Amino acid sequence: MNNKKNSIEKVVGLFIHKKPNPADKIDITHKRFRWSDFIAEKIIKSVAFLSITIIILIFFFVFREAFPIFSFGEKEKPKTEQNSATQEQYGTETTMPEKQEQYGVESNEPEQQEQYGVQTDEDTTMGESFTPIEATESGSSTDNNKSAIKTLPTKTWQPVSDNPRYGLLPLLIGTIKITIISLLFAGPLAILAALYTSVFAPKRLKELIKPTIEMLAGVPSVVIGFFALMVMATFLQNVFGYDVRLNSFVGGIAMGLAAIPIIYTITEDALTAVPKTYYEASLALGASKWQTAFFVILPAATPGIFAAVLLGIGRVFGETMIALMATGNAAMMGLNPFESVRTLAATIGAEMAEVVFGDTHYNVLFLIGSMLFIFTFALNAIAEFWVKGKLMKKIQGK
Amino acid sequence: MKNLKIHTENMYLHYGSKMALNNISISIPENKVTALIGPSGCGKSTFLRSLNRMNDLIDSVKIEGNIFIDNINIYDKNIDVVNLRKKVGMVFQKSNPFAKSIFENVAYGPRINGINNKTELTEIVEKSLQNAAIWDEVKDRLYDSALGLSGGQQQRLCIARTLAVNPEVILMDEPASALDPLSTAKIEELIVHLKEEYTIVIVTHNMQQAARISDDTAFFYLGELIEFGKTKKIFTNPDKKQTEDYITGRFG
Repeated sequence: MNNKKNSIEKVVGLFIHKKPNPADKIDITHKRFRWSDFIAEKIIKSVAFLSITIIILIFFFVFREAFPIFSFGEKEKPKTEQNSATQEQYGTETTMPEKQEQYGVESNEPEQQEQYGVQTDEDTTMGESFTPIEATESGSSTDNNKSAIKTLPTKTWQPVSDNPRYGLLPLLIGTIKITIISLLFAGPLAILAALYTSVFAPKRLKELIKPTIEMLAGVPSVVIGFFALMVMATFLQNVFGYDVRLNSFVGGIAMGLAAIPIIYTITEDALTAVPKTYYEASLALGASKWQTAFFVILPAATPGIFAAVLLGIGRVFGETMIALMATGNAAMMGLNPFESVRTLAATIGAEMAEVVFGDTHYNVLFLIGSMLFIFTFALNAIAEFWVKGKLMKKIQGK
Repeated sequence: MKNLKIHTENMYLHYGSKMALNNISISIPENKVTALIGPSGCGKSTFLRSLNRMNDLIDSVKIEGNIFIDNINIYDKNIDVVNLRKKVGMVFQKSNPFAKSIFENVAYGPRINGINNKTELTEIVEKSLQNAAIWDEVKDRLYDSALGLSGGQQQRLCIARTLAVNPEVILMDEPASALDPLSTAKIEELIVHLKEEYTIVIVTHNMQQAARISDDTAFFYLGELIEFGKTKKIFTNPDKKQTEDYITGRFG
C-alpha cells in the first residue's frame, strides 16, 4: 500500500514540482529518468528538424523540376557555329523575314521582340548559340532542352517564341541592379533611423517610432507595388525626367520601402544589444553623443547590422509582386538605372501560370527558382565567412 | 586644506521621489587620493557619478545644491558636459573596454579630440599604457582584441584609456572589486603612483584598500556624509560611533 502510494507520488511529481520535505534525504545515488524533460527535448528536436527538412525538400523539388534542362544538354557538341552569322542579324529588320522563312517559321519574330520592349542595339547583335533548326525540325523535348541550355548564358530572354531563347543574363543583371539600387536607398535610411531611435531619441519617441516602422513590415508587397506603380513612378519621372516610366530605379526604391522595416528592426535590436557600459565609457572619455554612436556603438553592432542588410537583400532578391508591378518587366541588359528590367523572381511570377507543364520553359523557370535559392545561400555563406573572418578582425582586433 | 579641487555645498540628489544624497558638503584636495566608503546603496557611487555628470543619463535624477570643480559650478547651465568629462575621467566598476584592438581602445579618446597624426597617437598610446603599468604585457599585441585580455589587464587598459585623454580628475568606481589580489595590488600601486599627476576619487568596499591607498576618507551612510577626514584618523580614531562600527565590522 505504502509502495503504491509512493509510486503515485512519483508519477505526480513528474508534472508538479513538489516542495521537498526537508526531512527527506535527497537521493543522488539513483539516476532518475525525467519523462517531462525527455518529451520536451524530443518535441523541440523534431520540430527543429522538421523546419530544416522542409527547406531541403523545397530545394530538392524545385531543383528536380529544373533538372531535365541539364540531362540532355551535354551529349552533343553545339552545331551552332555555322548559324551564328545569320543569327547575329536578328532584329535587323531587312534580312529578318527571309532568314526566318528559310527555317520554315512564321516571321513573327520582330513583333515578338517589340512586345518585350527589347529595343537596344546590343540585344540584336549578340552571338547567339542556339539552333532554330534543331528546335523546329525535330520538335522533341530532348532537342528542345539541348538547344535551350545553350541559350542560357545569352542576353535574350524570349521564352515564348518559335525560336525560344532562355538567356538568363538580363534577368540576373536586372535582379542585381535592382538589389543594389534598393540597398543603396534602404540601407542608409534604415540604419540611420535605427541609430537615431536607439541612441538619440527620447524614450517616448522611441516607443512610438519603433512599432510604427515595424508595422510597415506587414504592409503587403502588392500594396507597395500599387503605390509605386500609381504614385511613385509618376512622381519620380517628373523629378528625374527619364523616358521609361517603370524602370529599375522606381522598382528599386519601392523594394527599398519593403526592405526598410526589416533592416531597421534588426539593426535597432543589434544596436540596443550593445552593452550600455560602452556608451558610458565613451561618454566618460569626453566623447559626444554622435561620436559615441558612430565610433563605438555602430562598430560594436556590425555583425547584427550585417545580418540585417543580408535579410534586406534576401527580401529584395525574392520580392516578386513589387518587381512585377513597378519595374517594367523588360528583360534588358544595360546598366542604366532608368531602364526597365525584369527580375528573376518576377519572371517566375509572371510566366509560371501560363507555361506548359514539363516544357523546356517550365524547366527553365524552375532553374531560375533554384538559382534564387543558391544565390541566397551563397550570399549568406560568403557574408558569414567575410564578416566573421575578415571584417570583424579589422574592426575589433584579432 | 590646501589646493581644493572639488567641493560640494549642500548637495541633494533624488531618484524620482527617493532621496539618494542628503546635504553633502565635502572638499576634496588636489593630487590626493580620496576614498569613499560605506555600505552598499549608501550613495557613494551616485555621488561619484554626479562629479562628472554621468547621472545626467538617468532621466529621473534631480540634483540640488552646488558642485564646484576648480571653483566652477559644474551644474551651471552653460557648462559643456562633453568637455567636463574630458577633464573629469572615470573608470568603472566592471572593466568595459570597447570591442576594438588594444591600440584603438586607448587611441579612441585622443582621436575624438581631433588627434589623427599616427606618430602622435602612437606616442600617447604608449605613454598611457606605460602609466597604467600594462605596457610590458601588451606591447607585442597592440592590435589584438582588447576583449582577449584578462580581467585585471582589461581594467588597467580602461585606466590607460582614461589617462590618454589627459584628465585632471579620475573617478574610480570600485575599480578592483572584480579582480584577484595580484591584479588588485597592481592597480593599487598604480593609483598611488597616479596621484602625483591626478586627483583621484575612489569608491571602494574594501576597507583595507581604502586604508592602504587613500589620503582622505569619506564615510557615507544612507545618503548622508557621516564623516570625512584624514584616512589615518578615520581608521584609527573616528569621531563618530557609526564610522567606528562600520570600520571595525560591528555594523548592525
